[in-house]
Order: sequence, then C-alpha cells, then structure tokens
Amino acid sequence: MSDYNFAYLDEQTKRMIRRAILKGIAVPGYQVPFASREMPMPYGWGTGGVQVSAACLMPEDTLKVIDQGADDTTNAVSIRKFFEKTAEIAVTEKTREATVIQTRHRIPEEPLKEGQILVYQVPIPEPLRFLEPRETETRKMHALEEYGLMHVKLYEDIAKHGHIATSYAYPVKVEGHYVMDPSPIPKFDNPKMEMAAIQLFGAGREQRIYAVPPYTKVVSLDFEDHPFDPSKANHPCDLCGAEHTYLDEVIIDDDGGRMFVCSDTDYCAERQAMGHRGRLSPEAAE
Amino acid sequence: MPARQMSEQSLIGAFETPPQDAARAFRAALEALARPGTLHGIKGGQAPAPVSEAAASLLLTLCDPETPLCLMGAHDTREIRDWIAFQIGAPIVGPAKAMFALGTWDALQPVTVFPIGTAEYPDRSTTLIVEMEALSQDGAQLTGPGIETTASLSLPALEPFQMNAMLFPLGLDFYFTSGTQIAGLPRSTTVEAN
Amino acid sequence: MYVAVKGGERAIDNAHAWLAEERRGDVTVAELTVPQIREQLALAVNRVMTEGSLYDPDLAALAIKQSRGDLIEAIFLIRAYRTTLPRIGHSHPVETDKMACDRRVSATFKDVPGGQVLGPTFDYTHRLLDFKLMAEGEVPEAVEAEPRIEPTPHVTSFLNKEGLIQTEAEGEDTPPDLTREPLELPANRALRLQALTRGDEGFILSMAYSTQRGYGNSHAFVGELRIGKVAVEIDIPELGFAIEVGEVELTECETVNKFAGSKVEPPQFTRGYGLTFGQTERKAISMALVDRSLRSKELGVEVSNSPAHDEEFVLYHCDNIQATGFLEHIKLPHYVDFQSEMELVRKMRAEIASASAKEAAE
Ligand SMILES: [Zn+2]
Repeated sequence: MSDYNFAYLDEQTKRMIRRAILKGIAVPGYQVPFASREMPMPYGWGTGGVQVSAACLMPEDTLKVIDQGADDTTNAVSIRKFFEKTAEIAVTEKTREATVIQTRHRIPEEPLKEGQILVYQVPIPEPLRFLEPRETETRKMHALEEYGLMHVKLYEDIAKHGHIATSYAYPVKVEGHYVMDPSPIPKFDNPKMEMAAIQLFGAGREQRIYAVPPYTKVVSLDFEDHPFDPSKANHPCDLCGAEHTYLDEVIIDDDGGRMFVCSDTDYCAERQAMGHRGRLSPEAAE
Repeated sequence: MPARQMSEQSLIGAFETPPQDAARAFRAALEALARPGTLHGIKGGQAPAPVSEAAASLLLTLCDPETPLCLMGAHDTREIRDWIAFQIGAPIVGPAKAMFALGTWDALQPVTVFPIGTAEYPDRSTTLIVEMEALSQDGAQLTGPGIETTASLSLPALEPFQMNAMLFPLGLDFYFTSGTQIAGLPRSTTVEAN
Repeated sequence: MYVAVKGGERAIDNAHAWLAEERRGDVTVAELTVPQIREQLALAVNRVMTEGSLYDPDLAALAIKQSRGDLIEAIFLIRAYRTTLPRIGHSHPVETDKMACDRRVSATFKDVPGGQVLGPTFDYTHRLLDFKLMAEGEVPEAVEAEPRIEPTPHVTSFLNKEGLIQTEAEGEDTPPDLTREPLELPANRALRLQALTRGDEGFILSMAYSTQRGYGNSHAFVGELRIGKVAVEIDIPELGFAIEVGEVELTECETVNKFAGSKVEPPQFTRGYGLTFGQTERKAISMALVDRSLRSKELGVEVSNSPAHDEEFVLYHCDNIQATGFLEHIKLPHYVDFQSEMELVRKMRAEIASASAKEAAE
C-alpha cells in the first residue's frame, strides 16, 4: 500500500492532466476543465499545482518548490518532500538548477530559461469571479470576450482612489484574447510573465488548468491615462542591498521596528554570497 | 461473438517502464507544442507499420479508454486496431467524434471534418497526429506564442493551417511525427510562406 | 542580528510527533481499537463512508481513529485513499425493492404492504443522558421477528398505479461521475444526486431546512424511508452473467411533494430522492428535499432566488473537503499578498495626507 506509482498519480490520471495541459498550451489563457483528483493534501494548499507537477515530472528532473518566494516555508517543504518521496527526483533551492519550479504567490527574481517549467498553484482561476460569481456566466463572458465588467471595475477604482486598487492577482490579457488570473502574485511580478520558460497553472479545487507558452504576450490590464504600474516599496533589501527585488517586511522588535528583505530567499542568499551587503547585514551591523 | 485471435504484434510495443517513459514522452510533446518549430525526440512505443515510433509513443502517452481515436488511410489496419485495443483501449471512431486522429496528411483530408471546439469549450477539439516522411526546421514561417521571433517548420501544406489559425481560439492542434521525432503546431501559431 | 526563519522540515516532523501523542491521549486509558469504532460508533462510520464515497467500514473506522474523531478529516483520508484505487468493474444498479429492510417507515400512509418497521432508531428515545453507559454493562437482548422473505415494494409505486405521482424518466446507461470528470453546469439529475450524496451532511441539512421555512416553497412528505442491505452485482465478461460480489447497507428516502401541474402536466405528486451508505437517515432525507428543490426548473415550477433552488450555488459549495481545504488555506502564509496590499494602503494614505496638507496651505 505504501508503494505508490511514480509521482504518486496513476497513469490514467496523468494522461487526463497531460491532455488538459496541452490544450492549455494550445489556447493560452483559456481555463481547461479537468477532473482534479483528491490529493493527500487539502484543497487550497496546492493540489492543482501538485497534480500539474506530478504530470510533468520525469526522473531526470530537478525540482524547486517555493511559497511566498521562499524554499523553506512549511508548505513548500511539505510539497518538496512529497515529490522526493513519490518520484525520487533531485531537489534544489537554486532557481538556475531547477527544471521544474512549483510556486505559490511569486515568480523567482532570476529570469527563467528555455527548458524550465514554472508551475503555479492557483486558488481562484477565474479572473471575473469576484465580479460575477456564476461559472455559467463567466464562461459565456470569456466565450464572447465580454470583459467590460472588468474594465468598469478597474475604472471605478481610479475614479474612487486615483489609481487601480488591485495589488496582487492583477488580471492580464494573454495574446490579445483571454483575460487571465496570474494567481496571487504581486503585480510587481506581472511583467516577468513574458518569459522563456513554460508557465502552467493548476487549480485543483476549481478543476481548471491553464497555460502561458514561452514568449507569449501577457499584458496587464490598464488604461491609456492610467498605465499599469508594477512598482513596489521603495526600499533596498536590508540583507543584500538589492533595489530591484520584491521585499518582505519583517517586524523585528516590539516597537514596530522593521526591515525589508528579498522575498526570493535563493536570490538574496546568492547575492550575499557574491558579497552584496545591505543595511542590516551581519557584517554591516558589527 | 467468437473471440478472434489477436495478432502477436499487438501484445508488444508498450513502454518498457511506463510511468518514466510516458513522462519523458510527454515532456517532448509539451515542448514540441509549446515551442512550434522545434523538433524533439520521443521514443519507446512500437506499433505495427506504418505507425512511427514517435506516433506510437505519443498515443501511449496521451490516449486511453477515455479518448476516442480516429485512424485514417494506411493507419487504419486490423493490426493497428488490435494494437490499440490491447495497449491503449481507445475507442476507434469516425472524424466527427475524434479527440485524436492518426494518419498521413493526405489521409487526414479534409481536416475540416474534425471538431474544432465550441466558443465556451474550445478545448473540445481534435488533435491530429500527422505522420511525415521527414521533419525539418525549414519551410513555412511560424510566429506566435512559444516563438521568440520566428521559426520554420516543414509543414505538409500552408493554407489549411492558415485557415485553422483564423479560427482561434477554436481550431485543431497538430503533431507531426517521423521516426523518433516530433514537432507541434497549435492553433495559436500564425503560418506564412517563407 | 536578523536570521531568516529556517527549519520548516524539523517543525513539521515535530508537529507530527506531537499530533501522534495527542491522538493516543492518556496512555493509562486503554487504546481504542478499529473494530470498537466500527461496531460502536457505526453512525460516524456510516457518515464517513457516505461522504467519502467508499463503502468500507473498517477503513472508515481507521480514518476516524486517525483523525481523532474529526469526521471531515476522516472523510478526507478516505477520499484521498479512494482516488488511488483502480476500477475493476462497474456494478449493476442496486435494487432497493429487494432490500432486506431493518427499518422502513412511511409518513404518507398509515399502513402499507410490507408494514412499518421502526428498527434501531433514536426517534422515540427520550433525550436523557443514560448514565448507565458510563459503566460497562450487558445489553438486554432485543426481541426478534421472522425476517420478511418477499421483496418490499416501494410506497411510491402504490401512488404510481393511480398515476398520482410522476413517473421518473429512465436514466442514461452510464451516469456521469464527478470523481472522473469535471463538474459541468447545468448538471443532470444523476450528477446532482452524486454530488449531494458526497455533500456535507450539515450543509445539505441546512439547505433542506431552508426549503421548509419558505426559501423555495416546497412541502415534502417522507413517502418512504428504508434502511437495509442490498446485493451488489457485477458482470463477469468471462462468465457472461452477473454475480453477487457482496452487499452494502443503504438508507433510501423518497419524498413526495405536491405539484399543482403545468401546461403539459396534470396536477400530481413529484419526488425527491436520497440514497446514502449505512444508516444515515438525516442525510438521506435532507438530500431528497434538496434534490426536489433543484428539480424546480425541469418540473417547470417557479424558481425563486432561494439558495436551495440554485444548482450552481448548492453543487459548488456542498463538498466539505473542498470547502474545508479552501477555508483553512488562509492559515498558510500570505505575506507577499499582504505586503502588496500594505504598500497600496500606505500609498493611498500618503496621497490623502498630502492632498489635505495642500488644501490646508491654500
Ligand atoms: Zn536580498
């Protein structure tokens, strides 16, 4: 009973998922329904990403798993362990060395290359869901490319707040056709989605798979007078001094003292190893 | 119905280590479709002639009792049907119900009879596996998703692929197979004469 | 100085060890065995089998033990195990006409052929804590009647003879299967029934209750509730005929609703249907009410905005494994999203502050 198939899923399930992935590649941004299986981890905890990864992994792969940009967050550790056990594949924390990267909420800072696959865990794949809760309706809206509702919502933001009040899971238009949810990555990451690697999105509970092939046009929705702004907090990393990375804010004392560190732990560690230093680096503080 | 003797050939030709071989074959198929104009090695499946090793491997990787399959022309033989019945279990159907179709380009004509999906479910379309004499990275010029600038592929025709791309997001997706090589052409690719 | 939080793996291992210890509890108290759970917490076992979609009392009992009595967690364990099982064959539809009934009651007729059988029910117990159960003791033997040999016809079939109840359309040969295909809406009745059987008992109960209180006006009677064992038969291709491979205990409920008629149908009664594993009658009755409520459109009766009339609402929210997973995932770190929200709020506050400073200066 402990003897599971390679990468856990049975072959028939993998074929079903593989077919859905290929349809996703053929129709970039379209959410392909798939018969998501119950996984030995809860829905909402990456079951979609895990199923997509399981359908992709081959014995020669090297897997990296991140959550919030970090390799050592508990859910990332748990998923990495799952594949180490069920697929006996190599794992790494180095973005560069990985062939398959499963992620929750971030795109690594280092540009991805051809031959790599980035697998996103997606909670709510439908970008229109919070504007229209009915699946039967949103499906029609995609079929008719009827995205007015989304533009109205974004424009209301501008009218009310002066700018678009969406900071993560910022909707994109893929190859000029489907409006797509990029998963809850910060909008800072949106421009990275035009990349050399294959991007696959798995939503287990919602039973959807979608994809963005390499070099596909991915445009964050905006308006001529209010162009998309991917900016982030105006601080350098306090450990490696990077000014171009997405940062976590960490509270460091009871008085509300805080520091900013790269959310991509591998990227930050590598910069520190190369000698980059930030305001609160151990040596800088001595 | 009296049981008919299955040809011995139908009992062989599966992947040696199915989960691992199928995983490698899938990755070749994924890269091929995600990067139109690139050629990839795919092997391990052996079906009766004239099915190429690439096509046999692709069928083993993607097809099963849940995927109606259409065999056309010289690829619709008793030996091949037996092999599919034994190794894959895909129901053999006509073009209108096919999720996958296998044949040479000529045998698959007219491709307009295959389902292209619906506006709400563009995924409900056929994937055609086109057996080729050879594959090379020249011929038609390709642009679109998966292609950084332009790519080239030895397509068997021009106009049908241009018509297909016009249907986007509906349309057919193609694999081209020859020996142990595979290339892909999704409906999203724009095709022009070189 | 600042050191990033490391050691997720060790934290997980330690948490698991602690969990195992807590599960066992005080070691001076005898450990609960799986057969004890199977025999003495049978109604919990039945619920886990029903919502887990797997008929195996031993595994359900094991899941309850492993989950420390958290039944949704136990259902999850069973579901995750179930998906890994190969499909060896498909059974014939079970014939509940031939059920060996332990319990069978009808609210619509005082007496019916086959009789009313109360069976092992809480219905007329007085809900007083029985302190005798605090101590172990002998159970007085219950009296036994001769089992009924002949089939027990369904109560609704009597109504059908008079044409008073709508005849159900014959289903397709192979019903759809939620666990093999993605849910597609609108769903057909077979698919809805599968979803409702797997659905959370509490959710289905509340939905059913809402229809009784006026959110979806439909007054249902329990035409019949029966609980007992039925044979499961599977075709063996090599033999060319079906053989009995075992039996399962089921609860079946048919409700009867008045239907004023439509342009094409005369006034008559319509049905709601519930079928669950084991003795799970609260669930089966609730399911029948919700089934009937979701049939409003096909029956051509007025569809209100009530949740229990809304197929998409009910089917997308009835599964407790999906619901609990998504609900609880908000425990996972979200600091990337939160950070981006914080930056946005700061930016907006700064803009407001500078605007009002400008105003004050003017
Ligand atoms: Zn850093």
